[in-house]
Amino acid sequence: MSVTQSLRGFQEAFAHALQDGGAHDTKLTAPTAQPGFLVYRNTVMKGCIDALVANYPAVARLVGDVWFRAAAAAFVRQGPPQHPMLVDYGAAFPDFLRTFEPAAELPYLPDVALLDRYWTEAYIAADQTPLAARTIAECAPHVLASTMLVPHASARWRWFPDQPIQALWRCNREEANTDGLQTLVWRSEGALVVRPYATVEAIELSAGGCAFMDACAAGAPLSDAGLAALDAQHDIDLSTLIAQLLHVGAFAEMLQ
Amino acid sequence: MPDVGRVLDARVADRCAPTAGLGLRSPHYADAAAAAAPGLWFEVHSENYMVDGGPRLAWLETIRARHPLSLHGVGMSLGADEAPDPDHLARLNRLVWRFEPFAVSEHLAWSTWNGAYHPDLLPIPRSGEALQRVADNVQRTQDAIQRTILVENPSHYLKMADQHQYGEIEFLVELCRRTGCGLLLDVNNVYVSANNLGFDADAYIDAFPGQYVAEVHLAGHSADPRLGDALLIDSHDAPVCAAVWHLYARLVARIGPRPTLIERDDELPAFDVLLAERNRADSLLRALAKCR
Repeated sequence: MSVTQSLRGFQEAFAHALQDGGAHDTKLTAPTAQPGFLVYRNTVMKGCIDALVANYPAVARLVGDVWFRAAAAAFVRQGPPQHPMLVDYGAAFPDFLRTFEPAAELPYLPDVALLDRYWTEAYIAADQTPLAARTIAECAPHVLASTMLVPHASARWRWFPDQPIQALWRCNREEANTDGLQTLVWRSEGALVVRPYATVEAIELSAGGCAFMDACAAGAPLSDAGLAALDAQHDIDLSTLIAQLLHVGAFAEMLQ
Repeated sequence: MPDVGRVLDARVADRCAPTAGLGLRSPHYADAAAAAAPGLWFEVHSENYMVDGGPRLAWLETIRARHPLSLHGVGMSLGADEAPDPDHLARLNRLVWRFEPFAVSEHLAWSTWNGAYHPDLLPIPRSGEALQRVADNVQRTQDAIQRTILVENPSHYLKMADQHQYGEIEFLVELCRRTGCGLLLDVNNVYVSANNLGFDADAYIDAFPGQYVAEVHLAGHSADPRLGDALLIDSHDAPVCAAVWHLYARLVARIGPRPTLIERDDELPAFDVLLAERNRADSLLRALAKCR
């Protein structure tokens, strides 16, 4: 028996053959030419694609299994996972879909993917007890104006002009919810995804609500965040908005 | 030379009685938390719990409060010609401290290379150079988590005789000697590899050094869609087959009872179906324990 290759050389050639499908390194021709090599190549690709199916269920449901797996395979070839925590794999998949030519006819797809990603980020985010509504209620009005509300570690939100992304996403994320698609109104929509306790919650959020959360995340005091909300949506009812956000658990704490 | 095997045996016996356990998957969280079978323990893939927070960790806390746990890694890449990722070691260390598993295991394989993770257990040439590298990586892992780990024998799909200087058992034993690690013997991997490479599974099981074995895995496999039984795949998507049960009985009759896991990762049946399979291993272990 003779050892023909260093460990490093073996791995370089093996990893190369896994990715490009060819066996260019003559020293490795024997192993990579064996039928068993395909088990590794197939398992690696299946592992990556299955992770994307698990992490992007609404997208997978919208486009169907065959389309999704083909798109996922193209994504994997561009950017394989960088670490073994596959629950976190595919952060760049929404942006990939924006440039993926076969997705051009589905302009809503990248943002539906973004909400799937927000769901994952909320699901694995650090645990935090959400700010209770009464904490704010107990605050004197002059103190409240200069108070900063800190978004919950799991909170993600986005305003989607011209497309009902939140409703599209919700109908495809929830297994039993297809009724919503019958009554879908094509309009602008925002969404907030947060996990205050064990369960990820998602609500529709107005343009003013999204601007309010943006301002809070940037460290603005409540008075400035309120102005930002009014700038984005002049008829917004601020007290209803704040009550809605507190109710869903969108904030972790208040700072003076 | 000190009798490493005996020391390891005593330590393992302290941590967990040699009963049978189940691989834990998220659809079975509630069933697992409620299960009351005597001696039942669970094993998880460490990487699935390397998250900042959320329901996975909360469920694992709940289940760990009622059952012993072992951590089984698939991403340390011990066989790569590079040191383990310090961030990954730190994440594993946090899990070990939080969940106090009775065993922490990994594979004689690699999966991470040049910043890319390939989700599989890829083969290594068993050279002297590789042995030193794997021993270094095992040592770094053990230093990081301040305890010994178990290393699992891989499934083989490639004939690489011209790449190997060591037999697999010889390589694993030397790894134990150099690092103090123990071994996790996956009986299904032996069956699959013997079939694919053409060696005698009985002879391999008989030659495996029992004093280093601190855990056993049993799983199902499937035939390659193109090549059929000529190429078996370690797919963990089926019940343990009769031949693997026979190999297992042959092993524990010789080396005595060891904590034994029923591994199922795909085509997940109802919890009770898996529990019945686990109870089969458990009955065998209990009968053996009485006889010894």
